[in-house]
Amino acid sequence: MDFLLVQFLNGLASASSLFLVASGLSIIFGVSRIVNFAHGSFYMLGAYVAWTLTRGLDWVAFGHLGFWGGILIAAVVVGLLGVIVEILLLRRIYQAPELFQLLATFGVVLIVQDATLWIWGAQDLLGPRAPGMRGAIDIMGQRFPQYEMLLIVIGPAVLGLLWLLFHRTRWGTLVRAATLDREMVAALGVDQKLLFTSIFFLGSFLAALGGGLQLPREPVQLNMDLAIIADAFVVVVVGGMGSVGGAYLAALLIAELQAFMLFVPDFALFGVTVSISKMTLIPSFLVMAVVLVVRPYGLLGRPPSHARIAGAVEPVVRATPAELKWLGYAALALLVVLPFFVGDYGLIVATEILIMVLVAASLHFMMGPGGMASFGHAAYFGLGAYGAALMTKHLMAPMAVGLAAGPLLAGLFGILFGWFCVRLSGVYLAMLTLAFAQIVWSIAFQWVAMTGGDNGLLGIWPDSWATGKDVYYYLTLALCVAGVLVLRRMIYAPFGYALRAGRDSPLRAEAIGIDVVRVQWAAFTVAAVFAGLAGALFVYFKGSVFPTYASIPKSVDALMMVLMGGVQTITGPLIGAVVYMGLHEQLVRLTELWRLVLGASIIALVLAFPQGIAGFVVRLWLKGKAEDL
Amino acid sequence: MLDVKGLHTYYGRAHILADVALSVAKGEVVVLLGRNGAGKSTTMKSIMGLVPARAGVIRFLDQDITGRESHAIARMGLGYVPEDRRIFAELTVMENLEVGRQKPREGAPTWTAERLFAIFPNLAEMRDRPGGRMSGGEQQMLTIARTLMGNPRAILLDEPSEGLAPVIVEQMANTIKALKSEGLTVVLSEQNLHFAHLVADRAYIIEKGRIRYTGTMGELAANDSVRAQYLSV
Ligand SMILES: Nc1ncnc2c1ncn2[C@@H]1O[C@H](COP(=O)(O)OP(=O)(O)OP(=O)(O)O)[C@@H](O)[C@H]1O
Ligand SMILES: [Mg+2]
Repeated sequence: MDFLLVQFLNGLASASSLFLVASGLSIIFGVSRIVNFAHGSFYMLGAYVAWTLTRGLDWVAFGHLGFWGGILIAAVVVGLLGVIVEILLLRRIYQAPELFQLLATFGVVLIVQDATLWIWGAQDLLGPRAPGMRGAIDIMGQRFPQYEMLLIVIGPAVLGLLWLLFHRTRWGTLVRAATLDREMVAALGVDQKLLFTSIFFLGSFLAALGGGLQLPREPVQLNMDLAIIADAFVVVVVGGMGSVGGAYLAALLIAELQAFMLFVPDFALFGVTVSISKMTLIPSFLVMAVVLVVRPYGLLGRPPSHARIAGAVEPVVRATPAELKWLGYAALALLVVLPFFVGDYGLIVATEILIMVLVAASLHFMMGPGGMASFGHAAYFGLGAYGAALMTKHLMAPMAVGLAAGPLLAGLFGILFGWFCVRLSGVYLAMLTLAFAQIVWSIAFQWVAMTGGDNGLLGIWPDSWATGKDVYYYLTLALCVAGVLVLRRMIYAPFGYALRAGRDSPLRAEAIGIDVVRVQWAAFTVAAVFAGLAGALFVYFKGSVFPTYASIPKSVDALMMVLMGGVQTITGPLIGAVVYMGLHEQLVRLTELWRLVLGASIIALVLAFPQGIAGFVVRLWLKGKAEDL
Repeated sequence: MLDVKGLHTYYGRAHILADVALSVAKGEVVVLLGRNGAGKSTTMKSIMGLVPARAGVIRFLDQDITGRESHAIARMGLGYVPEDRRIFAELTVMENLEVGRQKPREGAPTWTAERLFAIFPNLAEMRDRPGGRMSGGEQQMLTIARTLMGNPRAILLDEPSEGLAPVIVEQMANTIKALKSEGLTVVLSEQNLHFAHLVADRAYIIEKGRIRYTGTMGELAANDSVRAQYLSV
């Protein structure tokens, strides 16, 4: 009984830190409609800067003040950094499509990762304990750390302060009004620039405060950013985007579930140990699943009031021009004879690019015709990879079975996750796909008995007949080309038309008898299956599988390929995959700081083409046409 | 006070306003008449900088405001009351007014919440009610009051009589006359000719994005053919 109470208190303490981060994210989203990927980076920076400051200030002998002051100053410093990011980057892309905003802030994540590594190094840093709070208090015979007690209080205290700020100050009233109708607020004479900048300060400040307060609890590490952002996304989606109270409620629910889940005993499933208690993302998933079914916009959220004004009109999908068809045949012919001209290295590169082309085509299928942007496509790639790897590793199945099992597993999860995702749209959908992907990643990472955890599964090679680089290349070529052609065929089939009708005008599509949700669900699953096939091919190609196959950066890679080529065209993503993979390959080879360069390139791309590269080309093309007339 | 010349506005590639010109003197009440979809709201939004003007010049208080940001235009003392009211549904009446509040402005009537409650007595009884839980008529009062809180020199009123019961329409007309007597310049858009006659000094008729007629209300009343051509449904 007492133990339960302590566990409950532990949950409360975790809820507080989660809430600090998530509330900042939620507030920023509420006003700017930007899902700030870099929020996790601000959390991480908050911890790193606080680590430096608390030691520095302690050394200057400020004593207690050094610790608390250090955390606060760190939060202010990071808040100002948020302001700089807002002014230099986000201000230019408030009108850009949501996906580009997400990508741009992901560029910031990459840059911060390399900068942090450069400044603080790769090793984990141990923070100081909180002065005056090193002891524990006695709660019904159980010892409970004082610092945790403080955290328990901080959560509701910040919630209360935020409430006062939003309800008792003019600034707060303006912010709430801007959350509801930005344009009207401007027409009433309020300069939104100041409002946005100040809200970014507050949000980044809260994230950094959350990070700084973690110092006495856990070591400061380089992967804090992506770890927390997935949690924060889940909290924000569950609580309702833009709702601070909802964020607290959601943080509480999830943190408590996590705390009590530690008691679920391990059990065996088909002879493999399953230890739920180690899979900390499962409760987030459960809560999110239940909440989204009952309240699609979160506990205290409301449906997005103003859908994007004057969204880009998606062009019709045209029949393939004859020239392009011939170009396609030529490229195919070239690929077929390739092994006669290049060595093993060339074939390895070509095989990898082919696999990525299939990934891009599958993502494009759901994004372009389906209108569903996924920020977690790597999940299905990873599932395909693990599906194949587990077959071969644990059941000694031949490669053919693995190549079938991969897409099957990915497809099954596509059905499961897709069921939730297709109920949302736009940025909500993107966040949900990301959260699901994070769950897949965490299962791969945490279910060590099954997946080998971080060490992955090694030694998964093709059957003896396919071990030759050229044979495997032809196998990949055959399956990828077949996959791309099937996806293409589906876009031009009645199914594809129904899908596009649902994307362009759900209401009208429903009216002519298309079950939009079902069609989208099917498309989601199809995309998952083909990504899974790519993943399975990749496993036998590399001989191993790791949790990183399903990680956020992989999802972003897929997204970059599609966006570089252009969502609007069918051929674009294929070219995008080739170009992006080439670039990526070169970058990693050329510089240690490839993340920084990649992040900067992503940002530059978004700033240069805020409507997307394809949108840019299409506009150029239209302009050319207009001048022809 | 407000001068618009050669205004062209597009939504995407659709050419909505073509060569619109208006001119409003201080203290005047001018009505922009036109059928549904004629371009009345688009004209007001273009003046307010809410939709970009592709060509033309908009001058307010002898300054070129073309291409300026909405908040800067509002800060110069040009108020805007949108047609769909756009009350902040989750904010109370008092909070809605607070969002509109600006500093007192020289040469323009100064408003406080209390003064506005004297004009709109209904609102006084629901200070703490969320805007989303008010009737259409009450919301219409509130949008006007909210804009007046900015102490504007001139206001753009988009179809203030739309969807209001006849009694309330009369009340609205009286309100606008009261505002005029305070020295406020008013540009309103209307389809309701009767209402226009109650309040306006002069009229512009807009059709398919072009100004087709301009004259005093008296001249318009005398001109049956213009009314038949552009205004009858
Ligand atoms: N956001 C928009 N995108 C595209 N076209 C628009 C948009 N808003 C208005 N239009 C078009 O512009 C034209 C003028 O519209 P506007 O709203 O200015 O008319 P109005 O005179 O105010 O009509 P009403 O009396 O119905 O309010 C109409 O043909 C309308 O269809
Ligand atoms: Mg209108």
